[in-house]
Amino acid sequence: MTGRKLKVEAIASGTVIDHIPAGMGIRILNFFELTKQQDRITVGLNLKKSTGGKKDLIKVENTKFTKEQAQQLALFAQDATINVIEDYKVVEKFKVTLPEAIEEVLSCPNTNCITHDEPVSSTFYIKEQQDKVALKCHYCEKSFHQSFFKELV
Amino acid sequence: MKNTLYNKDIISIADLSREELELIVAQAQSIKKTPRPDLLKGKIIASCFFEASTRTRLSFETAVQRLGGTHIGFDSGGNTSLGKKGETLADSVKVINSYADAFFMRHPKEGSARLASEFANVPVINGGDGANQHPTQTLLDLFSIYETQGSLEGLKIAFVGDLKYGRTVHSLAQALALFDCEFYFVAPPELTMPEYLCDELRQAGVKFSFHDDLEAILPALDILYVTRVQKERFDPTEYQHMQSKYVLTADLLHSVKDTFKVLHPLPRVDEITIDVDATPYAYYFEQAENGVYARQALLSLVLSEESV
Ligand SMILES: [Zn+2]
Repeated sequence: MTGRKLKVEAIASGTVIDHIPAGMGIRILNFFELTKQQDRITVGLNLKKSTGGKKDLIKVENTKFTKEQAQQLALFAQDATINVIEDYKVVEKFKVTLPEAIEEVLSCPNTNCITHDEPVSSTFYIKEQQDKVALKCHYCEKSFHQSFFKELV
Repeated sequence: MKNTLYNKDIISIADLSREELELIVAQAQSIKKTPRPDLLKGKIIASCFFEASTRTRLSFETAVQRLGGTHIGFDSGGNTSLGKKGETLADSVKVINSYADAFFMRHPKEGSARLASEFANVPVINGGDGANQHPTQTLLDLFSIYETQGSLEGLKIAFVGDLKYGRTVHSLAQALALFDCEFYFVAPPELTMPEYLCDELRQAGVKFSFHDDLEAILPALDILYVTRVQKERFDPTEYQHMQSKYVLTADLLHSVKDTFKVLHPLPRVDEITIDVDATPYAYYFEQAENGVYARQALLSLVLSEESV
């Protein structure tokens, strides 16, 4: 390697997700099924942070994250920032924030939870305790750390 | 007191406010003093046990009849067409709820009662959903504590036995947390209170501590709540060792308060020896009887606008 920085090509329009904890980039790609779309995606893994340590970074062309998706993103990367790019410029930049609840996308890790047999979609309430995040099932009322969800690992 | 429970589903103890818990306790006490065979007159209650539970069912159906109501239903999901034909719970509820004025249910899966309440037009009362909640048990526990102590406020309450898997302990602790009580947890390390519940109690500012020596804390207590430890969870020698440490016998009760009472959700196995039954401190059989009053209180509040 000659340069000290890995240059990631600029995009004309789309979304740049920055400050993803190293190792989470691939999970995010999978969770949001970003690779299933036809748009070009650039991924940087284990990039050096200016503050030391490593991070991942994802650039998706022609794609905007909805508010809901941005909140879901916080489950993987609580400190991530989303940069909305138009015409090569950052037109909007915001930090992701955890939602109060997350609906439909997660399946309850409790195998004895009624949601697995019935025509309902799941709801989990999100509680932040110190530096931990717990998701509590609306139905079985059990709380789980995010590592218990197959969709999040 | 305004009856905010009218037409409400009773799914989880956490859904009930302090005022609502007090209202139920007051209503239970009033009905115990003055029977009210008129309160459910003309009402039909569905009593649906998708999982067998003889005690809860008998207590509940007695409560319905003591209030002048009638019940329909079944006592084990496996024996009805419901389970066998593969119908979803959601569909079963939609059908049954059109026959009845309220729906009392027990089901082996966690979350079943919450789900049922979303498909029913009539109030749903949870009689136990898997390992999750059993609010009517908690209500009868609260009533028994109130009855013996004259208050729910500021009591010192010890829980002994299986605190890890015991949902009755979890719900009761959550409910009493609203009344500024102090808790003593007495259990082997393998069966201690789950961390998430301790977190909840801490956040609510509840005082609690962990103990090994039951005898040492007894003089401080107002209530000792004993639960059964399931033998299957231990190997036989381990079980014997543990059992000897956490069993309540009459000779341990030498310096307890006069108003001290022992509660147990029953059935008991050997965690309270029979000689305790004859002491003035045993209250577990009255507690079981109170289940009928607590369930009467709940039914009458859910089904009529006025409290008595
Ligand atoms: Zn669940």
